[in-house]
Amino acid sequence: MTNFLEMSGISKRFGGVHALRDVDLTLEVGEVHCLVGENGSGKSTLIKIISGVEAPEAGGRIIISGKEYPKLSPVYSTHCGIQVIYQDLSLFSNLTVVENIAMAHHLGGVHTVNWSSMRAVAVATMAKVGIEVDPETKVSELSIAGRQLVAICRALAADAKLLIMDEPTASLTRHEVNTLIKLVSDLKRSGICVVFVSHRLDEVLEIAERVTVLRDGAKVGTFAAAAIDSGKLSHLMTGKAFEYQKQVPDLAVGAVVLQVQGLGRDGDYDDVSLQLRAGEVVGLTGLLGSGRTELALSLFGMNPPDRGTMALDGHRIALNTNADAIRRGIAYVSEDRLTLGLILDQSITSNVTLTVLERLAGTFGLIGTRARQSHVARWVAELGIKVSDPNNAVKTLSGGNQQRIVLAKWMATNPRVLILDSPTVGVDIRAKDGIYEIIRRLAREGVAVLMISDEIPEVLYHSHRVLVMREGRLTADVMAADTSEDALRQAVNA
Amino acid sequence: MPKPRFASFGRFRRSHEFWLLIVILVLCASLGAANGQFLTMQNLFDLLTSYAFVGILALGLLVVLIAGGIDISFTATASVAQYVTLSVANAYGANWICVFAIAIGIGGALGALNAIFIRKLRIPSIIVSVATLNIFYGLLIFFTGGKYIYSLPDWFATGIFWFEFEWGKDTSYGVNLQILALGFSFLFTWLLLNRSNIGRQIYAMGGNTDAAQRLGFHVFGLNMLVYCYMGVMAGIASLVQAQLAQSVAPTVLVGKELDVVAAVVLGGASLMGGVGTVFGTFLGLALLAILQNGIILLGVSSYWSPFFVGLVILISVSATAWSQRERRPRSAQP
Repeated sequence: MTNFLEMSGISKRFGGVHALRDVDLTLEVGEVHCLVGENGSGKSTLIKIISGVEAPEAGGRIIISGKEYPKLSPVYSTHCGIQVIYQDLSLFSNLTVVENIAMAHHLGGVHTVNWSSMRAVAVATMAKVGIEVDPETKVSELSIAGRQLVAICRALAADAKLLIMDEPTASLTRHEVNTLIKLVSDLKRSGICVVFVSHRLDEVLEIAERVTVLRDGAKVGTFAAAAIDSGKLSHLMTGKAFEYQKQVPDLAVGAVVLQVQGLGRDGDYDDVSLQLRAGEVVGLTGLLGSGRTELALSLFGMNPPDRGTMALDGHRIALNTNADAIRRGIAYVSEDRLTLGLILDQSITSNVTLTVLERLAGTFGLIGTRARQSHVARWVAELGIKVSDPNNAVKTLSGGNQQRIVLAKWMATNPRVLILDSPTVGVDIRAKDGIYEIIRRLAREGVAVLMISDEIPEVLYHSHRVLVMREGRLTADVMAADTSEDALRQAVNA
Repeated sequence: MPKPRFASFGRFRRSHEFWLLIVILVLCASLGAANGQFLTMQNLFDLLTSYAFVGILALGLLVVLIAGGIDISFTATASVAQYVTLSVANAYGANWICVFAIAIGIGGALGALNAIFIRKLRIPSIIVSVATLNIFYGLLIFFTGGKYIYSLPDWFATGIFWFEFEWGKDTSYGVNLQILALGFSFLFTWLLLNRSNIGRQIYAMGGNTDAAQRLGFHVFGLNMLVYCYMGVMAGIASLVQAQLAQSVAPTVLVGKELDVVAAVVLGGASLMGGVGTVFGTFLGLALLAILQNGIILLGVSSYWSPFFVGLVILISVSATAWSQRERRPRSAQP
C-alpha cells in the first residue's frame, strides 16, 4: 500500500512544555487509523500539525503523497485533501444542509453565489454518504448524528483524502455508532484514509486497522488492531494496568431506599418497577430513545410520571419538581455536564457550593467566605480534583476534573440516591478510573447509585446489578455477576 | 431529487415572515375598513417617503445583527454625516454625487472605528456603540452648538421627482429621493446577503464565528465590512432625512435608534446572530409604519404609539419563541 502521509521527527513545544517529542506517523491510503492517548498526551497537537494550524519545530519532516512540505498551513493542508472534523463539528446551525456542505464555495474573492451548483454538490455528496434529509433543512433541526453526517459530507465535498475525526462517537448512541462505522468502511473502500481519535477503546479496536498510541507527547508505538485488546491498549496509554472485575455486592447491601412500582409516562416509558438499595450500584442501559433518560428525570422530579408510585424508605412520595427530589436526598448528574451540570464561566467555588447554599448560610442568611472556602477545600481534596486556584473558572479544567466538580456539587448534598447519566462521556481512561473509584466509595458509604450508560462494559464492570430498557420498558434486571457483555448487548439491541 | 414546490411553501408557512404577512394583511384590511384614507395611493407614497429613513437604517442594522453584532451609534453617525456634508455643500457647492460620496465616506469611516474597537479589542459591540454614539453626538453638539441649518442648496431642496404619473383627480405621484434611496438600499442589501459569497460568509460568521475562522473566512474583514455598511447606510439615510425635513437638525435624529431596532427585530432578526432576512425586515418596517400610521388615522393619541409598538414586538417575539418550543423534541426539554 502507498502512504498518503509520512511524518517523522515531529516535535512541538509550547513555552517550556514539550507537547510532542520526536513523533513519527505514517498513514496509508484507504486505511482506518486510530489515535489514542490520555488528555494531554499530544493527540490534539499532532492533529493541529497535520491540519496546518500549528507548525512543528525544525527538523520534522512532513511528506504528503510523496511531496515534502517543510510545514503546512491550513490552506496547504486543505489543498492536499486533509479535512478535520472537530468534536464540536464546526457547523453553521443557522444555515441549511446544502449551504453547510458546500460552504467552501463561499471562499475566495467576491463573487456571486451559484445556488444550483452548490445544491448539486450537496445532493451528490449526500447520496454518497446516504443521508436522507431534505437538503433545505436547517442544521439546527437535525439530531447530533445527523449533524455529524453533514460534517462528513462537507469534508467529502471538499475532496477529502484524509479525514480526521476527533471524538466522533462521544455523543452518539450505539446504533448511530454502528451507522458511522459502516460509513467509515465505505469511505475506506473509496480510498480515503480515516483517522479516528477516541476515548472509547472498544470502538477503536472494532473500526481500526492500526492504532497509534501516544503518551506524554511521545509515541508509544503503532500496533495492528487485531493484535491488541482494550486492556493492553489502556496499559500502553497510561503505563498502568486497569483490570476491572465484575462487582460483587457487599454482603452488607442495605435496605431498599427507592422503590418504584408500575411507573409510566405517555410517550416516554411504561410499567417500570425497580428497587434501589443502599450501598448498591445499579447500571441502566438501553438505546437512546429507550426511555432511560426520561425515567431518570422522573426519578429526579423533572418529568412527572402519569402512572405508578414511588416510595423512599418505604414512604410514598410524589415528586413534582426537582427541588422536591433534592430535598428528599435524590441527586442527578446530567449527561450534558457542559450546559446542564456546570456554570462554565463561574469559579470552581461557586459551582461546588451551588447545591448547598442554604446549608452554608449563617446569621441573617448570609454566606461567609470562610465557610465556602472550607467546604470547597474539603471536596476538592476528597475527590482528588486537580485545582490550582478554586477561584478559577470551571472551564479552565480538563473534562475529567469538570466531571468531578459536578459530582462534588451533588455529593455535597449528602444524597441517599445518586443518579448518574453517562458519567464518563468524553473523559479519558485515567479520569474514568477516578470516577469509578468515587462511585464505588459512595456505594460503600451507603448511597444507592443508579448509573446510566451506553457502554455495556461500563455497566457490566461497574455495577452490582444491571437494568436494560428497550422501547420504554424494563426488559432485563440481572446481577452483573450472572450475565455477560454479549447477553446484555443482545438485550439492548434485540 | 428536486422537491415539489409545495415543500418550500410548507417551510414558508412555518416561518416568521409568513405570520408577519398575515398580521399585516389583517391590519391593512381592518384599517382600510375603518378609515377610507388608509388604503390610498397617497398614503402609500407618504408612508414610503416618511419611513425611508428608518428603513435604510434598518437594512444596515440587519446586516450587523446577522453578523452577530449590534450597533446603536448609527443615529449619531447620521447626524454627523448630515451636518458635515450639507455644511460643505453650502460652503463650496456640490451636486448629488458629491453629497452622497461625502456622506457615505463619513458614515463608512465612523463605522470602521466601531469595527476596530469591537474586533481588535474584543469589546462587546453594544458597549462600543453606546460609547461611540455619545462621542460622535457629543462632538457634533460641541462644535455646532446644536444650531440648525435651514438654508440648503436649491437643487437639494427641490429634490428628485422621477416617473411622474397621474392617479385619480389631478394628483400626481412620482419616485422621489426617499423612495429611490429606500428601493436601492433594499435591492443592494438583498443582493449582498443572498447573491454574494460575502453575504453568505456574514451569515456563517454570525452563526458560528469559530467555525467560520477555521474555514478560512476573514473574520476581521467581514466585521469591518459590516460596520462600515451600517455607517454607509447611516450616511445615505441622513441625506434622505435632511431632504425631507428641508433642514439639518443635529439634535433630532439621536433617539430614533429604537424605531430602527424595532423594525429589524419585528422582521425576525435575532440578536444572537446568523438569523434575519431582507424580506422580514421589509415586513417589520411595514408593520411599524402601519401601526404608527394607523393609530393616527384612527384618531388615537400618538402618545399611544410606543405602547402599541412595544406590545406588538413582545407578542411577535413570544409567538416565535413559542412555536420553536413546540418544535423541540420532548426529551431535550429539561
